[in-house]
Amino acid sequence: MNDTATAPGHLAVSRRELESAVVRFAGDSGDGMQLTGGQFTLETALAGNDLATFPDFPAEIRAPAGTTFGVSAFQINFGQRRIKTAGDAVDVLVAMNPAALKVDLKDVKPGGLLILDTGAFTDKNLTKAGFATNPLTDGSLDGYRRLDVDMSALTLEAVKQSGLGRKDALRCKNMWALGLVAWLFDRDRKPTQDWLERKFAKEPAILAANLAALSAGHAYGETAEIGGEHLAFSVPPAPIEPGLYRNVTGTEALAWGLIFGGQLAGLPLWFCGYPITPASALLHSLAALKQFPVGTFQAEDEIAAISAAIGASYAGSLGVTSSSGPGIALKTEALGLAVAAELPLVLINSQRGGPSTGLPTKTEQSDLYQAVFGRNADAPLPVIAARSPGDCFDCAVEAVKLAVTYMTPVILLTDGYLANAAEPWKLPELLAYEPFPVRFHEERAGFQPFLRNAETLARVWAKPGTPGLTHRLGGLERDDKTGNISYDAENHHRMTKTRAAKVLGIADSLPLQGVEDGAERGRLAVVGWGSTYGPISRAVGNLRAAEHSVSHIHLRHIWPLPKNLKALLGGFERVLVPEMNNGQLVTLLRAETLIDCQSLAKIAGRPFKIAEIEEAALALLEDRR
Amino acid sequence: MNLQNPQRLQPKDYASDQEVRWCPGCGDYAILKAVQKTLADIGADPAMTVFVSGIGCAARFPYYLETYGFHTIHGRAPAFATGIKLANPALDVWVVGGDGDMLSIGGNQLMHALRRNVDLNILLFNNEIYGLTKGQYSPTSRLGTRSPSTPQGSVDRPVSALSFGLGSGARFVARSFDTAQKHLPEILRRAQAFKGAALVEILQNCIVYNDNAFAHITEREVAAERQLFVEHGKPLLFAGGKKGLRAKPGALKLEVVGVGEGGPEAAGVLLHDETDAELAHLLVRLEPPHFPVAFGVLYCAPAESYDAAVHRQAAEMRAKARTADLAQLMRSGPTWTVG
Repeated sequence: MNDTATAPGHLAVSRRELESAVVRFAGDSGDGMQLTGGQFTLETALAGNDLATFPDFPAEIRAPAGTTFGVSAFQINFGQRRIKTAGDAVDVLVAMNPAALKVDLKDVKPGGLLILDTGAFTDKNLTKAGFATNPLTDGSLDGYRRLDVDMSALTLEAVKQSGLGRKDALRCKNMWALGLVAWLFDRDRKPTQDWLERKFAKEPAILAANLAALSAGHAYGETAEIGGEHLAFSVPPAPIEPGLYRNVTGTEALAWGLIFGGQLAGLPLWFCGYPITPASALLHSLAALKQFPVGTFQAEDEIAAISAAIGASYAGSLGVTSSSGPGIALKTEALGLAVAAELPLVLINSQRGGPSTGLPTKTEQSDLYQAVFGRNADAPLPVIAARSPGDCFDCAVEAVKLAVTYMTPVILLTDGYLANAAEPWKLPELLAYEPFPVRFHEERAGFQPFLRNAETLARVWAKPGTPGLTHRLGGLERDDKTGNISYDAENHHRMTKTRAAKVLGIADSLPLQGVEDGAERGRLAVVGWGSTYGPISRAVGNLRAAEHSVSHIHLRHIWPLPKNLKALLGGFERVLVPEMNNGQLVTLLRAETLIDCQSLAKIAGRPFKIAEIEEAALALLEDRR
Repeated sequence: MNLQNPQRLQPKDYASDQEVRWCPGCGDYAILKAVQKTLADIGADPAMTVFVSGIGCAARFPYYLETYGFHTIHGRAPAFATGIKLANPALDVWVVGGDGDMLSIGGNQLMHALRRNVDLNILLFNNEIYGLTKGQYSPTSRLGTRSPSTPQGSVDRPVSALSFGLGSGARFVARSFDTAQKHLPEILRRAQAFKGAALVEILQNCIVYNDNAFAHITEREVAAERQLFVEHGKPLLFAGGKKGLRAKPGALKLEVVGVGEGGPEAAGVLLHDETDAELAHLLVRLEPPHFPVAFGVLYCAPAESYDAAVHRQAAEMRAKARTADLAQLMRSGPTWTVG
């Protein structure tokens, strides 16, 4: 913590330098908090900080204004060190109304800064939020630093000249808040100004009002008397690996990864989906990218979506479908057909809280059982999981590769957090990826639809339109050569064993499981999968800094598991498996390795806090049970 | 057009080497024969022809044809077929299913394939019963049908396959029956030629679980009175030309009228206009005892097919975008360089 002078061109402000900071914007779902957070994220990335974000919004599209269940929040953690999570506790909370304060105050650090729009703290809003007394005056906020601003009035004043009506004028409040927070952290507003100019190019009045609000918020910070305290901060750039960066959400990275996977396979892509939160964003992304060999089909339901995708694969494209848990459940029968017919397919599950409709906008990792085991009969297929928004790119490429190399459906698990959260991403060098071009079978001599590659056990892919290779394919058990219907007992046994061996054999082509951080043997291994990567990584880093014998192992391949996993885990005295479910990977690991792994379950619709994992790890290290 | 073999293929050339396993006397044999004849008539290229089916007796159809075939899951064949047609619009895609497959579990998939006007030839074998599951009543079974699941007779009213089709937005709707070996191939040929979703209801006898369900329509003795074969531009006549259909004065209804010496025109008999949606809605619902059943192409109003429109849009977007460079796309928008 040291005071530094600011860059020239600004009013001389003394800024407190921070290693990292967590800011949360919270307001009504109509207040534009996701957008505000997104713009602040961009400004922060361009300032050279590492960062992670956590958008948290309600399932309702426009919940009644002023209510606690309508609060929408966007959290960003940024710093001059590597940032691995969206942050355990909030340093600065921007609350646009009493309901936002009510919901989000519990996450603010003691002594943290509250920026409150006093204009929204009306009796009516206080009642709606469930406050018996006004927190601005009843002393309940005494443990925090406060910046009380009538943002509503100041916004109206700032945009007066735009000629907008009161309602439209008030909608610029989020830009006022963004301007103020940008000043607070010394962020350049230019990216946001550019963005507004693009977005409202055809609506000059709205553009002028938003720009005016943004500037007014910033100017307020510069000129207001803020009690002589250090309210202004600086967060210098982080030491990040050199390269060209951009912000990316999991959804964007998935869309690009799928397109790239298709290019490496030399196949056109057909994405067939049905709208469901939080998976729909992928359909939107790909629908706008038809300059690439990508088609999108919005089906009438989840079943039709996967059916059309399988149809596309049958006809020689790569079929892709995506959904969330309940929709995946509907796709299950068709998935079994893809297993039986041995056709390639990529199925992406953006997991959310469940069972049933559950928590549509909240994140969870509770579909691992569904992915690995959730089909009738013996129907194995490979399952992989992405760990971060940027990792979605490589996982999408790998899913495509596995699907076409092994003629199998592949499930790629992401989650609501990965789909929506953004992180700075070093753009990959596309030329460094090895193509895996598909060769359709065209040889008539000796053709049988279930001829297999001796190494991969993948069957040949002969697509309709190929002269001389007419054949029938279906869900009835089929002869292991001709593909004709076969009820022969030994054939069924052989086919079941072959399908299992094909999928297990994928492990032969996978790199051995490594250790993310720490030694390959030791007292404790913390084993994770998916989006728990960030908090586990930071928790293990902290524990290792305190000289504990802890290692972090993170799985991408959920099925089949890496071949050396049992041996690797066997090198540790204890194994801890944190998951955002009630203990699913831990069951799989225990079954497959016979090692007494311990579960750390969090099923709260939110990512782990670093401290929660540290605590559980320490308990195992100290053998507290 | 047969691209592989300059010699025209015969119906038998479209038969696969698989033993047909329908019950002896099943109406499906006759339909299979009619389809094989149609394929030969149009010179279908086996390599470019795909038969897609769901589950049920009818759904075994693809196994018996020497074309590409995909036997999928219950009710969803239209969705699989849509994916196939989108991926390769050059393929000639046929969908085969029964009344249970297409109107019960798969009602939604049929509705949307029709609404979208995907270029598919959809053959709905209607035997008014569940055959493969041993004889339960189906969504087209008549009120009071006694079956293992309705021992006292069914109490729910049936759906009309072609009313459902028209209501779903189908732009080609036709009807024939299994033993109509001259009529059926002609209707199939028309369906195949239609560039969009063509729905053909084929009345089909299930000899085991619902024998003679259509005898009151198809038996030789009643055929003349109970069958009306429509032809575009021709008067709607039956009973050997002695009877016809005319618009009932003062009502939006059809009525049977005797044709006297003045001929159909004098009797006010309507000419069939297959592009007339209102007339089609009336024709598809006609049934004994007061009316004959209408057979033939009841409605045909071509419009751009879904698959054609999708590919047109994609081509437009590609032309507009000029390049499709992924690396460039990923570098668009705000980026920054570290180090």
